[in-house]
Amino acid sequence: MNDVQQRPWQTVALILGFAFLYTPIVWIIYFSFSGDLPGSGSHFSLHWYRALLANSELGAAAYRSLVLALLSSAIAAPLGTLAGIGLAQLEHFPGRSIMIALLAIPIFAPEILLGFSFLMLFASAEAVTGWSQGKGMLTLVIAHATLGAPIVASVVFARVSGRDRSLEDAARDLGARPLRVLATVTVPLAAPGILSGWLLAMTLSFDDVVTSSFLAGPETATLPMAIFSGLRVGLDPQINAVGTLMVVGVTAIVGISFAAMRLGLLTSWHRKGPADGAG
Amino acid sequence: MKKSSLTLVERLTIAIPFAWLLTFLALPLISVAALSIHVVADSIPPVAPLFSANQGHLALHVSMRGFQMVFEDPLYFVAFRNALVNAALTTAGCILIGFPIAFAIARSPARRRNLYVLLAILPFWTSFLLRAYAWMGLIRDSGPINALLLFLGIISKPVAILYSPTAVLLVMIYSYLPFFVLPMYAVLEKLPADLLAAASDLGARPAYVFRTVTVPLSMPGIVSGAILVFVPAVGEYVIPELVGSSSTMMIGGILWEEFFQNRDWPLAAAIALVTFGLLMLPALLLRRRLGQLAAVS
Repeated sequence: MNDVQQRPWQTVALILGFAFLYTPIVWIIYFSFSGDLPGSGSHFSLHWYRALLANSELGAAAYRSLVLALLSSAIAAPLGTLAGIGLAQLEHFPGRSIMIALLAIPIFAPEILLGFSFLMLFASAEAVTGWSQGKGMLTLVIAHATLGAPIVASVVFARVSGRDRSLEDAARDLGARPLRVLATVTVPLAAPGILSGWLLAMTLSFDDVVTSSFLAGPETATLPMAIFSGLRVGLDPQINAVGTLMVVGVTAIVGISFAAMRLGLLTSWHRKGPADGAG
Repeated sequence: MKKSSLTLVERLTIAIPFAWLLTFLALPLISVAALSIHVVADSIPPVAPLFSANQGHLALHVSMRGFQMVFEDPLYFVAFRNALVNAALTTAGCILIGFPIAFAIARSPARRRNLYVLLAILPFWTSFLLRAYAWMGLIRDSGPINALLLFLGIISKPVAILYSPTAVLLVMIYSYLPFFVLPMYAVLEKLPADLLAAASDLGARPAYVFRTVTVPLSMPGIVSGAILVFVPAVGEYVIPELVGSSSTMMIGGILWEEFFQNRDWPLAAAIALVTFGLLMLPALLLRRRLGQLAAVS
């Protein structure tokens, strides 16, 4: 849509919409600095942050979640990139519709079905081959990577499919081998998509509670699992402090990546690459 | 593509992720199907092997008990119905709240649209558990929502919103809203403003333009956004568990209970398969629109 006169109701819709989206977040941040239970105290205090620092159980879970998010997204990103590029470049190959259907499953299916299915796979594998002794980090990483890859694939697909292929054709005409074309032309041009897909896969993994509950044992409980079991018991103001730290962390990551794209760090990076030299 | 046959690199580009997806998405579904016909046993894992050899005779242990229970016990029917009603209401709420937001973003000045889209996604990037937790504080009896309603004189004593189906609906709409707003915005943004202007220039009233031009043209966005909300919402477990009442069981909670509390794997597998079959049919209709999914991220 082009610029059109903005009607008053549209401004009202925006204000109300954003108020709805941000009220809970403001609430978390505000009460994380309050000394008492939410709603009753109003004086500024770092009490809940100190309590959080002393809570080694939450700390260990947070560390585990961070490692899990980094490892699983590091697998999801290349897998999803290959899938997205492959689907965008090859319009016909045997099994294409099966692959698209498989990629759609983690995006649509309720998580409880996915988590349960992963556990059934690992349990069956254990019954048949004896592999995957119990629940642990490896099964968590595999499951989270599988959930993240389709997200990366869809972002990369959208980035690659609309673009014309003249750069790849030029590189090929100048004698670059297929692997070199992929590594030095196609992938760098898809970099912004890969990066945002990667970040999304990372946050999804860091945020996941249902799939992890099926796959993690008592010794491998993740941060969301620890928070979830705390919330089932009742309100715990320490959670406000965790939430505020996470809001700050996520805003920083998103802010940096958007700023990086704005400043054109990525574009100038691949401008120096062989892509332009070939074209 | 100049060559008609695929190069090795092209083959691998597809084969590597394809093999991963077959192993870790297709195979789990087959495992669930296989487990749904197992016989329950008091062992680890809590099922009897499909085959056993006893004195030279091969015995096959198969049971359809899980499916029988799902289709015959009204408990599961009620849980499916509750989940479907809740998901339908959530979808309706997301359309009613999300459409005006997406429409307003699409019609705002071009230079501000990206900022608004970013603002609409940002909450989605923070832990959804924490946002559910914030709502628990906001809607509890002594929370600010009740205080506001009391102050305005709308209610005379606090209403119990927390731990009710209303609370589930509210938090679900809140959590699923970005899944609707983004595909909706992607469609509305491409909607030609000239068409709307032409309709009003020719004397159509705003309500008439909206009904005969805007809504039909936005249908693809409404449909894909609604599917992206409805399908995962049916199986939602965490939100009903945190803010819902224990008397309104939904299918996600039932599956969780059969698996974790009752350790009835075949029954849980039968529930999973029935839910999956129920949900994947409409979702797969969208499978050709992979590009649209990108709008969500």
